[in-house]
Amino acid sequence: MFSDRRHPRGTLKDKRGDRRTPTTRGSTAVSDASGASTEVELVQLLTPEGVRVEHPEYSFDGDDDQIRDWYRDMVLTRRIDAEATALQRQGELGLWASCLGQEAAQIGSGRALLKQDFVFPTYREHGVAWCRGVDPIDLLALYRGVNLGAWDSEATRFHLYTIVIGAQTLHATGYAMAVERDGLVGTGDPDRDMAVVGYFGDGATSQGDVNEAFIFASSYNAPVVFFCQNNQWAISEPIERQSRIPLYRRASGFGFPGVRVDGNDVLAVHAVTTAALERARSGNGPSLIEAYTYRMGAHTTSDDPTKYRLADELEHWRLKDPIERVRAYLSRTAGGQHDFFATVEAEAADYAADLRRRCLALPEPRLLDLFDWVYVEQTPYLAEQQSRYAEYLTSFDDVEETGGSRLGLAEEGPAESAYRGIA
Amino acid sequence: MTVLTMAKALNAGLRRALEADPKVVIAGEDVGKLGGVFRVTEGLQKDFGEHRVIDSPLAESGIVGTAVGMALRGYRPVCEIQFDGFVYPAFDQIVSQLSRLHFRSLGQLRVPMVIRVPFGGGIGAVEHHSESPEAYFCHTPGLKVVTCSNAVDAYWMIQQAVASDDPIIFFEPKRRYHEKAEIDEAAAPAPLYAARVVRPGSDLTLIAYGPMVRTCLDAAEAAKQEGRDLEVIDLRSLSPLDMSVVAESAQRTGRVVTVHEAPLNLALGSELAARITEQCFYSLEAPVLRVGGFDTPYPPSRVEEDYLPDLDRVLDMVDRSLAY
Repeated sequence: MFSDRRHPRGTLKDKRGDRRTPTTRGSTAVSDASGASTEVELVQLLTPEGVRVEHPEYSFDGDDDQIRDWYRDMVLTRRIDAEATALQRQGELGLWASCLGQEAAQIGSGRALLKQDFVFPTYREHGVAWCRGVDPIDLLALYRGVNLGAWDSEATRFHLYTIVIGAQTLHATGYAMAVERDGLVGTGDPDRDMAVVGYFGDGATSQGDVNEAFIFASSYNAPVVFFCQNNQWAISEPIERQSRIPLYRRASGFGFPGVRVDGNDVLAVHAVTTAALERARSGNGPSLIEAYTYRMGAHTTSDDPTKYRLADELEHWRLKDPIERVRAYLSRTAGGQHDFFATVEAEAADYAADLRRRCLALPEPRLLDLFDWVYVEQTPYLAEQQSRYAEYLTSFDDVEETGGSRLGLAEEGPAESAYRGIA
Repeated sequence: MTVLTMAKALNAGLRRALEADPKVVIAGEDVGKLGGVFRVTEGLQKDFGEHRVIDSPLAESGIVGTAVGMALRGYRPVCEIQFDGFVYPAFDQIVSQLSRLHFRSLGQLRVPMVIRVPFGGGIGAVEHHSESPEAYFCHTPGLKVVTCSNAVDAYWMIQQAVASDDPIIFFEPKRRYHEKAEIDEAAAPAPLYAARVVRPGSDLTLIAYGPMVRTCLDAAEAAKQEGRDLEVIDLRSLSPLDMSVVAESAQRTGRVVTVHEAPLNLALGSELAARITEQCFYSLEAPVLRVGGFDTPYPPSRVEEDYLPDLDRVLDMVDRSLAY
């Protein structure tokens, strides 16, 4: 899909020589005059039953150890996700956006990244965060309301979560434009050339920002990969409400290639993402990946999917579970796996228990400190508000020593009137 | 010393900024070959190249959003929004993204960007080309908002804004683009966020910014004929407000009239009235009074002169203040 014939330098696959294929296999994936789809192609290398299959354009070149590593990544991601959901149910997080069911899309793409690549995530990319070395406690801190997601985005090459749908795709594109200006594409040095990935969901494809990002990336040939996890649902709105054509075909209208990959197939996602990243790094511009997957959980812990979708649908997708198919493959192909699976399960359980402990031990933030980060150069007015608020807080010191609130409200919790008069 | 129009002064200031820091880039609609619809960026693409002076697709959210991405990689983008009324498609990127990244990251990220917006009316334009949207941005924590009223300030303030590590919305009074002033490139500029008394007086303080500074100076001159000595303050920075200059003047004259083109409701005049009342209550001889556009959408251009504050509207409010 990413072998763009207009660019003779082509992709990694082009360099290998004999893989140049038309952008569609035969005449299967064409649109009729009305734009409606005929047959939709899906790149798959590992079936839901755990059987490896060939694809004319993409292949998995690693070994079973590699697959075991990704299995571990996916199991840990799922376990962390489950722990976070449980913590929310117990009132320890304000909200959690589960990535249940999307582990292959996230680990497959996350593990395709090179160290120097840069990621702009949504708020659900917990598996990608894992691949980038973001400590899961930092994700929990955001959803606990301790901070707004303040991990070291420079060290992890993983930007802060973006909650407004699609806004980050423009940041990814602009960052990629800057990478190109820095001369970090097409040098041929694998440690130097870099790509940028903008993650988003099917719902975001309706946003203006995503469409503008496509246009800017295309116009400036920016080294960006648009990675869309089509999990079929934008809260309660099905994909049919977002698009009348398969999402990956949108790319051709913007002038770059698009591909649909089985988003529950970690091998295929890795192969497709690797090719797209290489295309970007080598200076051949943007591309769109539609990882066809399913949101097995709710949109967030505040959502109730039983109100808008049938249980049958979930059962259907359970049969395509991204982790189960890898387990089936490993069980079948290599002997003595039982210890491996048990070890990973035990590691995940320990990790989750430790994460829970660390979550409950997160220090509470102080509003007073946050005034420091509004501006690089704080304004006099804000400094005045901060110092007045500090004085106001200090005014309670004596009262606390005598065991009560000045307003007599301490036992009943904070009352709005207690905050009256804050500058 | 050079005599330049405000548009040329901004051009010269941007040129200096581009020369001073290779990370400075300009992006916007028609800013390259055309030099911008007001020619503020004329010749810059020719001299600095398409990589630094970027003709953008016609998408304001895209212009600002991609600039945020570039800033995150160490660039200093200067975005041009072609007209005030076209800034709203970029509102989410400015208010929900740009303004918050430093705060969200607990100070780890810096987004040093300038968004230039020609603003205000008086040029006989069609709808959406004469707006004064400054209050929206002043209301947003994390942004700084400045505006120049003359060519000298334009030359210096744009350079200072580009050098700032905080995101800045830079409003340019488009009807003053062609007013000239003598610029001393060797002079030391005033601090970016400092207000300035542009005409001293003792009877009443007029507070204005951008296009209304000239209007207020004309009003003060006319009032002089009637024996009234009006002080005029050019705010220059709308957020933060330089209350030291404002309060000192208000305490001295005891009477304040604020003047802007923007509608009155919850505008800069409202904030000034509140802050002056808080800080100067015992010095005031009259309530702070406000002159502004009316709380209507900006009208068709054939009646815009009736809508915009002018010398008579300002002096009428001065009379009302002095009557207390």
